[in-house]
Amino acid sequence: MELIWQGITQAVLLLVHGDPEVLRIMLLSLQISGIATLLSLLIGIPIGTILALSRFPGRGIAISLVNTGMGLPPVVVGLFVSIFLWRSGPLGFLELLYTPTAMILAQLVIAAPVVTGLTVAAIQQLNPRLRMQLVGLGASRLQVVYLLLKEARLPLLAALMAGFGAVISEIGASMMVGGNIYRQTRVLTTATVLETSRGNFDMAIALSLLLLLLTFGVNVTLTWIQQRGRTP
Amino acid sequence: MTGPILCLERIKVTYDGMLVLDASFFEVHEGQTLAVIGPNGAGKSTLLRLLGFLERPTEGRVLFRGQPVSSCGNLLTVRRRMASVFQEPLLTDGTVEGNVALGLRLRRVDSTEVSRRVQESMAMLGIGHLATRRTRTLSGGEAQRVSLARALVLDPEVFLLDEPFAALDPPTREGLLLDLKAILDKRRISTIFVTHDRNEALALGDRVAVMIGGRVLQVDTPERVFAEPINEEVARFVGIETILRGHVQSVSQGLATVEVPGWTLEVAGPLTPGERVLVCLRPEEITLFPRGAVLSTSSARNQLCGRVIRHLPAGPTYQVTIDCGVLIVATVTRQSWEQLGLQDGAEVIAAFKATAPHVIHCV
Repeated sequence: MELIWQGITQAVLLLVHGDPEVLRIMLLSLQISGIATLLSLLIGIPIGTILALSRFPGRGIAISLVNTGMGLPPVVVGLFVSIFLWRSGPLGFLELLYTPTAMILAQLVIAAPVVTGLTVAAIQQLNPRLRMQLVGLGASRLQVVYLLLKEARLPLLAALMAGFGAVISEIGASMMVGGNIYRQTRVLTTATVLETSRGNFDMAIALSLLLLLLTFGVNVTLTWIQQRGRTP
Repeated sequence: MTGPILCLERIKVTYDGMLVLDASFFEVHEGQTLAVIGPNGAGKSTLLRLLGFLERPTEGRVLFRGQPVSSCGNLLTVRRRMASVFQEPLLTDGTVEGNVALGLRLRRVDSTEVSRRVQESMAMLGIGHLATRRTRTLSGGEAQRVSLARALVLDPEVFLLDEPFAALDPPTREGLLLDLKAILDKRRISTIFVTHDRNEALALGDRVAVMIGGRVLQVDTPERVFAEPINEEVARFVGIETILRGHVQSVSQGLATVEVPGWTLEVAGPLTPGERVLVCLRPEEITLFPRGAVLSTSSARNQLCGRVIRHLPAGPTYQVTIDCGVLIVATVTRQSWEQLGLQDGAEVIAAFKATAPHVIHCV
């Protein structure tokens, strides 16, 4: 118990004094997971919209695959992204392995199904007759999609939070494709594991507190945006 | 009135192989309100969606001002000359003002013009004071007024209404119905109004179309549809409770003698001896008297003796079913019911004039 208390105290001191290494790790984490989440929105929202609004053969299977992808183990993602980016792999010529870009790619693979699946759910929870009403008011196809997404913006923000939450907290894929290289690919989760294995509990606790604060901060902001629209 | 603004030709709509609409020919005339009535599942809403180009038929075509409409050509342009209101208000999240402006913004109308027309439309529907209210705080009646304002602000050439009052309480419905009637009478927009409520159809319709089982069975003025239904299905739907099967025995000076089970009736109208007919009687055409009352034969030529088997309250009246060998349904005010000392089991005379029945000729 004393060990934990001591760790927390030192962690707070590290944070208060703005340890440059801790800050660097935090900013890199935010950068990698932020970009991966944004890219997953660019991919997931259009695909989710098409799956929710179109009717085509195999649509049910496609939705099932997306839903399965929402629970994709990061280690499995890490393994396959590593194989693809390996020097002798299909994308080896890009020389991306053990770079932040590789980590963004891996996190994108994790977040995209989450955002896609939640986009499908967000649009499907709207009144199905709303679409016909919008068409009946003279909306073009693109205007209908825009208005439906606008109506579903609150659950879509939940999709954004879930996507970001999934990637900021994962470790398996980041470790495998990033390699936890000092000052290059070390992020909050991989650094926490490393410091714990070294017995540097103060640093590990500082990093994990920072991870919690970061996740909390992002989610509080998004929840505030989300709930602001609910106030009558 | 001018020619048809919308026309259906040889239309069939099937869902999963099941035929839900079969209309060989159907027209909507410019400037008129066409009320489409029928029971649930009759295909009324499907018809409305076809007329609004919101759904494609399985077979046949829909013409707008005599021209076919294709999805790759003029579909959006034609849709933008129409406006729809459904049973649910289906408002978007935001303010009342924003919702009323929605259709105009979709058409990229100039913002000054939007503002002017929105104010005008809200005032017309009596919702000007709600302009800045969030739509989710509105009552059902207010929300439906917003939905109507949102459609009418577009100044549509065709106005489509799919049971817009079905979810409202009676006082709210009546208020909105009166306001809408005043607007439609003033602006003469070509309107298709789907309802299962006969009174709404009577109040709003210049013409009434009766749909049953996916087919349009009769299209006519409200007076004719309700007084002279063309077959038994329509008769039952428009509220004719008593339908007696019989055959014409003889005809003399425009007065026919019609045999129905247990009774011989005198019926006015152009009938031919020997033909089979359905004698339709509206409940309000039948007068009840206590058994033994002395009646003048000149006013009510038909007097059937029977026994009251049940009475059901219907607002200020009772709907009374009398077993005369055939079942006859009459409407009696609560006051008359009391004055005549009627009760279930009482013996009565059901009397009606020779001109009261509507006769349907059986094919």
